Amino acid sequence: MQNNQNTIQAKAPQKSITERISTFFTGLYDIYKFILRFSREAFTPPYEFKEFIRQCFNMGYRSLGIISLTGFITGIVFTKQSRPSLADFGATSWLPSLVSLALIRALAPLITALIAAGKIGSNIGAELGSMNVTEQIDAMEVSGTNPFNFLVVTRVLAVTLTLPILMMYASFVGLMGSYLNINQNELTSFTSYIHDAFARITFLDIFASLFKSLVYGFTIGITGCFLGYKTTQGTVGVGKAANSSVVISMFLIFIEEIIIVQVVNAMR
Amino acid sequence: MPCDEDKSRMMPEAILHNEAKESVISIKSLYKSFGENKVLNGVNLELYKGENVVVLGRSGSGKSVLIKIIAGLLKPDEGNVTVLGERVDLLSLRELQELRLRIGFSFQSSALYDGMSVRENLEFPLVRNQRKLNRKQVNDAVEQVLHDVGLSQTINQMPSELSGGQKKRIGIARTLILKPEIMLYDEPTGGIDPITCVDINHLINKVQQQYNTSSIIITHDLTCAKMTGNRVAILVDGKIAKEGSFDDVFESQEPGIKAFYNYNFIK
Repeated sequence: MQNNQNTIQAKAPQKSITERISTFFTGLYDIYKFILRFSREAFTPPYEFKEFIRQCFNMGYRSLGIISLTGFITGIVFTKQSRPSLADFGATSWLPSLVSLALIRALAPLITALIAAGKIGSNIGAELGSMNVTEQIDAMEVSGTNPFNFLVVTRVLAVTLTLPILMMYASFVGLMGSYLNINQNELTSFTSYIHDAFARITFLDIFASLFKSLVYGFTIGITGCFLGYKTTQGTVGVGKAANSSVVISMFLIFIEEIIIVQVVNAMR
Repeated sequence: MPCDEDKSRMMPEAILHNEAKESVISIKSLYKSFGENKVLNGVNLELYKGENVVVLGRSGSGKSVLIKIIAGLLKPDEGNVTVLGERVDLLSLRELQELRLRIGFSFQSSALYDGMSVRENLEFPLVRNQRKLNRKQVNDAVEQVLHDVGLSQTINQMPSELSGGQKKRIGIARTLILKPEIMLYDEPTGGIDPITCVDINHLINKVQQQYNTSSIIITHDLTCAKMTGNRVAILVDGKIAKEGSFDDVFESQEPGIKAFYNYNFIK
């Protein structure tokens, strides 16, 4: 037992606090350099347009199923859960406005981003990580091509531009789910539902949601690409890259949500 | 398995007699460490135009690190590497990319792109570096290199459907499509059966003749060294311990070299 403990200690020496702080700031600097390189390469030809379209298809079209399901269920459940509270005040006619505000302002961008972090972020981390450990990225580099442009720029742009579209789609599906429930219970017509749903939605709400989705998309793309592109330690590293892509993306998304909500509320 | 094909006996006359030597790769006092581990400890090596130099050494002796420094994938701690007249460590990324078009790098793991078919793997470097080529020219170039490596039938297969030897050949074909002047082979016969190894060795010689390449071949396989190398250099303790023809090198009584020879099946 004592021997085992010694072996474990020998294998994984504890880092001192100074080393941990140093590693943290070195990591931050690496991310800063990575984003800077992305900004430079994104505007430098040649542009990998075909790969960008392929990535948009992979990330967007192939996420429609799960986005539809979660959006629809969120719409129904949110409507069902909100009804009793509104009914106490005889205000069930406010349900369409309430649901549309909640969906467009908060739920749709957040749900879409979290699903994308799980599905797209992990995929990017694992794919680039395994390409890195099997020397495929090196092979691109030595063949005179720019792997950063082909692998990172296309993926980050694809997820950044796809997420707002997925968010709008999730909002639409969520509203349809909510309509089904309201129509069943309150017998509200579709025209009346749509009129009530959009009565309180402003341009700022839609703009803020689109902006949030762009930021979340960029966060997911950059996090997945950074962790995948810098993967070490073979297959263990690939697993870590995929896992960390999801965890770090989700953490950053919540932080960004708090900041953006504060800014938008100040503008309202 | 005895090997009678000693490539150093077939060395081009000019190189054999030190005449008209044109250096294409020059490595001077190269040092590289990873943390406390000193991998290269003052390596000096020249590659002359038209010759194949085999760098032999034990696993972990820094052979792969050496060619990764030549290709600019790793930076040396000290020393310099000149490839086709350019100091690799002083080049900008763009200049390095241009130089790399003149160098072919065959990876130990073949490093074929998993998500692309054989055709797409071969097209990848070509369409990105020669954008003026039309579809027919690209197809012709792909078919030509596949024919040269003897794998025309695999054109629409995915890398996962290929054997280890086939992957190595496709990896070589992918570098040949850009018609490089220098080939760097990292363990070309690693992990494949002896018969396929001989085929790969023949392919390396064919590439040298057909594409007029100068090559550095990294290996610990003495059959490969004997069959493909005009000259052999042996890396011991991070330095080139001896270089010359295959027989010259292994006549040495130095323990590091002797041990390497004695433990190889070719003894």
